[in-house]
Amino acid sequence: MSETEAHGARIGAPILAVEGVSLTFGGVRALSEVSFDVREREVRAIIGPNGAGKSSMLNVLNGFYQPQRGVIRFRGREFHGMRPRAAAEMGIGRTFQNIALFRGMSVLDNIMVGRNMKMRGNVLQEALWLPAARREEIEHRHAVEEIIDFLEIQHVRRTPVGRLPYGLQKRVELARALAMEPSVLLLDEPMAGMNLEEKQDMCRFILDVNDHYGTTIVLIEHDMGVVMDISDRVVVLDYGRLIADGAPDVVRGDQAVIDAYLGVAH
Amino acid sequence: MASDIGALDTFPKLLLHHAAVRGERPAIREKDLGIWQTWSWSQFAEEVRILACAFAEEGLKRGDHMALVGDNRPRIYAAMCAAQCLGAVPVPMYQDAVAAEMAFPIQNAEIGHALAEDQEQVDKLLEILPQCPTLKHIYYDDPRGLRHYAQPQLASYDRLREIGVEARRRDPDFIEREIAKGTGDDAAAMFFTSGTTATPKGVVLTHHALIDRARAAAEMEGLTDRDAVIAYLPPAWIGQNIFSYAQPLVVGYCICCPESAETLMTDMREIGPTYYFAPPRVLEALLTQVSIRMEDAGLIKRAMYRHYMEVARRVGGAILDGKKVGFMDRLRYALGDIFVYGPLRNVLGMSRVRVAYTAGEAIGPDLFKFYRSIGINLKQLYGSTETSVFVCVQPNGMVKPDTVGPAVRGVELKFTPQRELLIRSPGLFKEYYKNPQATAEAKDREGWFHTGDAGYFDADGQLKIIDRVKDVGKLNDGTLFAPKYLENKLKFFPYVKEAVAFGHGRDRVCAFINIDMEAVGNWAERRKLAYTGYVDLASRPEVRDLIAECVEQVNADLASDPELAGSQIHRFLLLHKELDADDGELTRTRKVRRGHIAEKYAALVDALYGGKDSVHVEAQVRYEDGRTAQISADLAIRDARTFAPSAARKAA
Repeated sequence: MSETEAHGARIGAPILAVEGVSLTFGGVRALSEVSFDVREREVRAIIGPNGAGKSSMLNVLNGFYQPQRGVIRFRGREFHGMRPRAAAEMGIGRTFQNIALFRGMSVLDNIMVGRNMKMRGNVLQEALWLPAARREEIEHRHAVEEIIDFLEIQHVRRTPVGRLPYGLQKRVELARALAMEPSVLLLDEPMAGMNLEEKQDMCRFILDVNDHYGTTIVLIEHDMGVVMDISDRVVVLDYGRLIADGAPDVVRGDQAVIDAYLGVAH
Repeated sequence: MASDIGALDTFPKLLLHHAAVRGERPAIREKDLGIWQTWSWSQFAEEVRILACAFAEEGLKRGDHMALVGDNRPRIYAAMCAAQCLGAVPVPMYQDAVAAEMAFPIQNAEIGHALAEDQEQVDKLLEILPQCPTLKHIYYDDPRGLRHYAQPQLASYDRLREIGVEARRRDPDFIEREIAKGTGDDAAAMFFTSGTTATPKGVVLTHHALIDRARAAAEMEGLTDRDAVIAYLPPAWIGQNIFSYAQPLVVGYCICCPESAETLMTDMREIGPTYYFAPPRVLEALLTQVSIRMEDAGLIKRAMYRHYMEVARRVGGAILDGKKVGFMDRLRYALGDIFVYGPLRNVLGMSRVRVAYTAGEAIGPDLFKFYRSIGINLKQLYGSTETSVFVCVQPNGMVKPDTVGPAVRGVELKFTPQRELLIRSPGLFKEYYKNPQATAEAKDREGWFHTGDAGYFDADGQLKIIDRVKDVGKLNDGTLFAPKYLENKLKFFPYVKEAVAFGHGRDRVCAFINIDMEAVGNWAERRKLAYTGYVDLASRPEVRDLIAECVEQVNADLASDPELAGSQIHRFLLLHKELDADDGELTRTRKVRRGHIAEKYAALVDALYGGKDSVHVEAQVRYEDGRTAQISADLAIRDARTFAPSAARKAA
């Protein structure tokens, strides 16, 4: 099987789309009239200089922010605004730019939290540690261990997250997001603040997740180099507007993108 | 039991024996997904049967070779045994070797089948595929990342198993028949010696050789099927193979495979191995970890640690050796065991260790004594791939830091006039594969293996290895001169980074010494001694005195050894620069290139022997970015005190 053939078979129809989304905070326009779609099982990057509205875009997708105008389509359903819980229940997972883990808890427990959405038992069963609760716990622990194995963090399983180096914390956050078995994963600057080796590791894990679990990935980055290598398609935002959308090679040569990154007089 | 041992002359026969006798006992454990998974002996045997059937279906034949590339994993060991069932010869390969290094063994042994652990190893094998036309089948254990690979040579372990299950259903007794065909004189495995000096050589070992040596050592240490070993060194290294394949199959004890290299410490603590091997560098790394963590501990803990380690240093070794120790000291040691040694052993994962070995390189006496003093029965052994490891082992109660023990049952030792050690043992290798010339050079017609190591027996009849034969020389008065032995003794001091000893064809021994910048720098700071850099620090008289103390201690030590008393170090100087591989002074594996250094610094050597007090040097140094610069300095030469042989023995 050739590389392109594998690629073609991998990517499916659009499952997530934003149409004409605008978001303002008081007088500040964070996003204006942004439209793009995300296909099933692709790696979709949103890039742009600082303050371009990348994180706002992710927060809209995930239901953190409610856009004033525009719609979000997910698996054929139309939403004018998402709720974070609803988004999570529909299978949209995410990580945060500035790491939002429970620092005092172990890596294992942090990832277990990610299983929250999948837990069926009630408080009473859990409190009394009934056989049903025990079975469920074992089931979840197994799922978590699979992820620990996948992301190669066995050696820190019992370590409190606060004691881990930054790059590993990022990996734990990815693990927690994976624990809810998302169909779409939103990654907010997964490689920010990392050294080259950590970035390469992270790229490999993102591609592995995409390949192995078939997870659709939407990621934000402002480091163009890394993103171009791993993305199938790239959206470029600048001052809240979409200025380019397409394959990495196309986007890289786009004059508007070059201007946005190198800076020209507006 | 002793009667049926004669019939169990191959590893597959031993496996069937254990499956029958102790079928429910654990054979191999692996931590996977956070849980220790166990294969009992009967499960292990069944897995081996299925695999062997599959390999036979895939065309593996008697006398063929099969490559195993991976870390310690139950399936790798199962494949090893499965290949042996068919009379094929497993060739374990170093998993961290680069692709190019893997090509030679595969070409040399015309390997047709390989089992790789994961994508990383598969990639390497695929890379060298064009150079290795014989390689037709590559199996992989972990399918991760390999889904899109479509090379016709590839098949997963699970697929292999399916083939095996199907074949076994058709002919259930096939494997038993194949196993019965095997004899002890068949080749059991082939290990490639690391080719740092020349092209690698495939060392062929028979079932009989491995089983005999494994049994001799197991009987000596009283190993039973209740023992457990943790397998963490490369399976391609003969030692790991002895401890985690040959001996378990002989004795029936359990092999434990850690989850990953990073989790080793935790896994070891959980399993509590009873039998342990570690090369000196691993032991040193563990001790460093302990020391660093103790520095961070609270005041009371630190004081307690200091106090009880002092007690241990004084009497711990003697108690372990079963020597007479006063009641009060025994009481103190018992308290120390409760407060410090016990918890420390627990942290190291060595609470249950009955027998621990170290070998491979010289071990510092302080490091060695540390482990013994806290109650870990660490001992030395001597052996190599060609000897199926066990040549010499120190028996309990006769343990010393600078010897490797007397010969193990069945081994004969003798020395050539050049002091080269010759070995005759049932564990000797059959041959170097397809290299009759090298075989003839290493093993003479009477069956003596020429080790290339120089040594002698000490007063207690224990073997002492001092150097490679080709490096050993003589002083003008005929005294034995073993430069590496002296250099190692110096390097055991933390302040000495490198040392180069001279003496062959001279009247006395002199040495160049490199100080350890970090250790000496630390020492200087604590004494409020200001310095600017390496050259400055090395030229301080205080530092010279410090190193002179080290040299004199070495001399005192040498004086108590009748063979080497004459090779005490009379004069030394501290080099103005650190020896560096980039300047051709060290090899890439950081061994000193004595000949080259002697030539390059001929003026310094002359000064040492010429009786001068100082010598002026101008040297060119090359920086990493390629620039060169001139350094000039006056190096002071210092005399070191030497000791008369008899006086020192009294003092020691």
